Amino acid sequence: MIEVNHLSKHFGAKRAVNDISFAVEKGEILGFLGPNAAGKSTTMRMITGFIPPSSGTAIIGGSDILKDSLNARKKIGYLPENAPVYPDMTVRAYLDFCAQIRGFSGQARKNRIEETLEKCFLKEVTHQTINTLSKGFKQRVCFAQSILHDPEYLILDEPTDGLDPNQKHEVRLMIREMSAKKAIILSTHILDEMEAVCTRAVIIAKGRIVADETPAELKGRSELHGAVSLSVKGADTDSFVSDLSGLDTVRTVKIVDTADGIFWARIYPVTPGPQAVDSIMAALSDKRYETVSFFVEQGRLDEVFRSITTA
Amino acid sequence: MRTNESLANVTAIFKRELFGYFGSAVAYVFIVIFLLLLGFFTFYISNFFELGQADLRAFFQWHPWVFMFLIPAVAMRLWAEERRMGTIELILTFPVTVWEAILGKFLAAWIFVGTALALTFPMVITVSYLGNPDLGATLCAYIGSFLMAGAFLSVGSMTSAITRSQVVSFIVAIVICLFFILAGYPPVIRMLSGWAPVWLVNIVSNSSFLTHFLSIERGVLDLRDLFYYLSVIAFMLFVNGVIIQNRRT
Ligand SMILES: Nc1ncnc2c1ncn2[C@@H]1O[C@H](COP(=O)(O)OP(=O)(O)OP(=O)(O)O)[C@@H](O)[C@H]1O
Ligand SMILES: [Mg+2]
Repeated sequence: MIEVNHLSKHFGAKRAVNDISFAVEKGEILGFLGPNAAGKSTTMRMITGFIPPSSGTAIIGGSDILKDSLNARKKIGYLPENAPVYPDMTVRAYLDFCAQIRGFSGQARKNRIEETLEKCFLKEVTHQTINTLSKGFKQRVCFAQSILHDPEYLILDEPTDGLDPNQKHEVRLMIREMSAKKAIILSTHILDEMEAVCTRAVIIAKGRIVADETPAELKGRSELHGAVSLSVKGADTDSFVSDLSGLDTVRTVKIVDTADGIFWARIYPVTPGPQAVDSIMAALSDKRYETVSFFVEQGRLDEVFRSITTA
Repeated sequence: MRTNESLANVTAIFKRELFGYFGSAVAYVFIVIFLLLLGFFTFYISNFFELGQADLRAFFQWHPWVFMFLIPAVAMRLWAEERRMGTIELILTFPVTVWEAILGKFLAAWIFVGTALALTFPMVITVSYLGNPDLGATLCAYIGSFLMAGAFLSVGSMTSAITRSQVVSFIVAIVICLFFILAGYPPVIRMLSGWAPVWLVNIVSNSSFLTHFLSIERGVLDLRDLFYYLSVIAFMLFVNGVIIQNRRT
């Protein structure tokens, strides 16, 4: 388990991280979100022992990152922001160096490196010097470094930054696969990624936690959550609005767009759920509206994110 | 079993750094410049051939001055580059202590400079051919020169931890090294002894790289000189570590 206890960091008078606490169990993937300069990287740097906190600490699988730093660091795999790697080394030499630092030797080291090269799709560039690699490949090399020793705890600062859509997909799959036996913290700006990968999301703004819940719960906060978006052909918008707002399950009806005898509308229920949807469907067939499309909105994360982080 | 682990860590970092030196073209440029400068000073400025002496004093006396410019150039990348590229974030979050990292890097740089120094052996061959130099004294002078190089390097390693700019590191290191040389430079000592008490003059001159180098160069490897260089190195690397512990980003 990774326990983050009241971590704070100030740079001079500026508070970058302000009393952050949470815990991540094995099997969990915690998404760390927040606007630029919210303090995500700073928090991760404190958890991994790179910068000392102004107060508070992090406990990695029972080892305090401040008091028992070496043991804590042994259990962590870390991918820093911008994926720093030594440009003058070949991919293989670099991973070999990391494997030595992680205490592997002999055949075990070779196997480790081969396995990691394979996993991270680096076979084709094994003997290439890192500074001649493209940005995405550099990112992969640094990611490879973080999982090389099969750590129990993974801290990944924007792991898919700079990867192409296929690689993003592969990396997400890999993270999900690994998560059974690991506790993983990853930061990202891609909300869909958080939704696809994470079991939990912690959102921070201005150094403070403003939300700590599952992606589904977050979506549930959306204005749009449970609303019905539909398009109707050959009907009058005014009578449609008055017909449907008449239902006691419906809060408001909005016409979003009209064109060529079709209009798009959005119906917001009083309480989201199947009952509201059923009553709307019933009303539509009662009044013989020709419905071209019908869709129950899940809610939009970007909207939730914006409202939470700018409040 | 922390000692074995420490050793393994230092070795890993040492090897990486050493390959880093020998893998870059700059290293070979450095070696060539080093040899050319020493050759130039020895043969043209000291008029080695006209001295008519088959000893290497004319050669070794230039070492401190050449080191002063070239060694900060070797050392400047040690930490400044690590900061600039952000790789310091990885090295300090690996299960490696700051001291292991500093020692590994320092030793690699020292071996690199040692290699450059070893490549001056044609000088010894030339002199042996021309006359009959004291080979024991020559060996002593080489050891002294190598130790002094280590002291210069430790200063450079320390200054490179201060900044992410290699140029700044280079200049600060040269200034500090200059002080360490001038404190034992005979004209400075003479000037100083004009007004300062003897004990002060002794302290100043004894803190100089030059004083201890001159004493080893005479052909006696005094333990005190050895101790002096090793303590300078230890002290500078200690400061290096304190700087890194306190200024990480
Ligand atoms: N070494 C430092 N010295 C001074 N201020 C710093 C330092 N490192 C970070 N900060 C400040 O701390 C705040 C948080 O930065 P941090 O890098 O943690 O943000 P972030 O959430 O990772 O943002 P991004 O999404 O842009 O990566 C910022 O205002 C930043 O300027
Ligand atoms: Mg960041």
